[in-house]
Amino acid sequence: MSRTLQLDAGGRLRHFLTIEGLGRDWLERIMDTAESFESVAAQKVKKVPLLRGKTVVNLFFETSTRTRTTFELAAKRLSADVLNINVAVSATAKGESLLDTVRNLEAMGVDMFVVRHAESGAAHFIARHVAPHVSVVNAGDGRHAHPTQAMLDMFTIRRHKRDFSRLTVAIVGDILHSRVARSQIHALNTLGAREVRVVAPRTLLPVAVERLGVRVCHDLDAGLEDVDVVIMLRLQKERMQGALLPSEREFYRCFGLTAARLRQARPDCLVMHPGPINRGVEIASEVADGSRSVILEQVGHGIAIRMAVMALALGAVQG
Amino acid sequence: MSAESLDIDTLLQNLADCLRRQIETRGLHDPLLVGIHTGGVWIAERLRERLGIDTPLGRLNIAFYRDDFSRIGMHPQVRPSQLPSTENRDVILIDDVLYTGRTIRAALNELFDYGRPRQVILGVLIERDGRELPIQPDCVGGRVSLGPDQRIKLTGPDPLKLEIHTVEAP
Repeated sequence: MSRTLQLDAGGRLRHFLTIEGLGRDWLERIMDTAESFESVAAQKVKKVPLLRGKTVVNLFFETSTRTRTTFELAAKRLSADVLNINVAVSATAKGESLLDTVRNLEAMGVDMFVVRHAESGAAHFIARHVAPHVSVVNAGDGRHAHPTQAMLDMFTIRRHKRDFSRLTVAIVGDILHSRVARSQIHALNTLGAREVRVVAPRTLLPVAVERLGVRVCHDLDAGLEDVDVVIMLRLQKERMQGALLPSEREFYRCFGLTAARLRQARPDCLVMHPGPINRGVEIASEVADGSRSVILEQVGHGIAIRMAVMALALGAVQG
Repeated sequence: MSAESLDIDTLLQNLADCLRRQIETRGLHDPLLVGIHTGGVWIAERLRERLGIDTPLGRLNIAFYRDDFSRIGMHPQVRPSQLPSTENRDVILIDDVLYTGRTIRAALNELFDYGRPRQVILGVLIERDGRELPIQPDCVGGRVSLGPDQRIKLTGPDPLKLEIHTVEAP
């Protein structure tokens, strides 16, 4: 379903909603295209005219300054016109009103919707109902998917490690609520990573998570043993009140990434985090700012990856 | 010039001689030699030696600036341009074949995104008929007359060779 929705009859990328269903060739094409766009940031005029005359709407039903900003910059660097619309979520305003909002904007000549929504499947829902010339990019939906974040993480890993087939990657923290983790797992498996581990307390793991093709660890020291990449997830503080965890201090004691713990990993292990970081909750400051951290690189790569996805989906780059 | 008499060395020498004269008469100061990817870069590399220009070569990939990407798309693996600031520089822009003029239009657009050059001189190895935009070179290695169904292409980089193909009408 995802593949048929995301690719058109000619096999070109029309929407980018999830990593699931997209083959390795597509993930590599997105990264190759992003590679081309990296140089745009070095120009005096940080723009190329690929999407001149196109209109992109950032339709954010959930606040996210960082993701929205990188999508906005990406669209502007491709010379598109950008509208930012923050729509407050109301309990009764799902289905129909979401569609009404989209249809009204569509009537204004929009070419692409970048959608962030607290409900899983919102971006798919919109993609099923937009006009044939309109593309939808998922900027994070519920607990389901955050495919551009996963792709920028893969892009960062590829920059440093090149060959995914040799890599053991540990994803640590709140796997249960993380759309980023789900997309990362799909991407790493599609790209042929040797082993993907998830490291978390039982309360923060989805039921039957092994079915996603991961090895489960409940102990951080064991989970970090000989890993090439460790991806820390943000612990959402609201989970603390949900009786899923005893306290932030307890979580840090058991699952926080410290310099001492990182010694279990390979000496050239990359430390990643999708941000924003809770220092002293998921990760120690000395590790977040340390020589193995590529956290700020991830942010920069986010613009190139989003430019690539937008250019591919709007047909400015051959798929 | 007939298609049979396209000798690369002669064309390069003609182009180099003309550019040398232009550098003198226009009083170009520390010119920045820029080749358009791919054939233009090969030609610019050879001209750099012949003209004794020490400044590193600029490489321009105009893929993002083409006016036909919405029709033909763009290859996902575009090698990025490598160019210093062009602000107030004398730029010598080099391409292998000047045909419709659209590549040069795109290249000029991109050059200006790296700064405002003081002046730009255009040198091409070979000029053919079929211009669609009002663009003309300052220096050429040679001129050739081809039919609308014919294309001329530089292959290389070692050896450089000009080939003429006949294409089917769209």
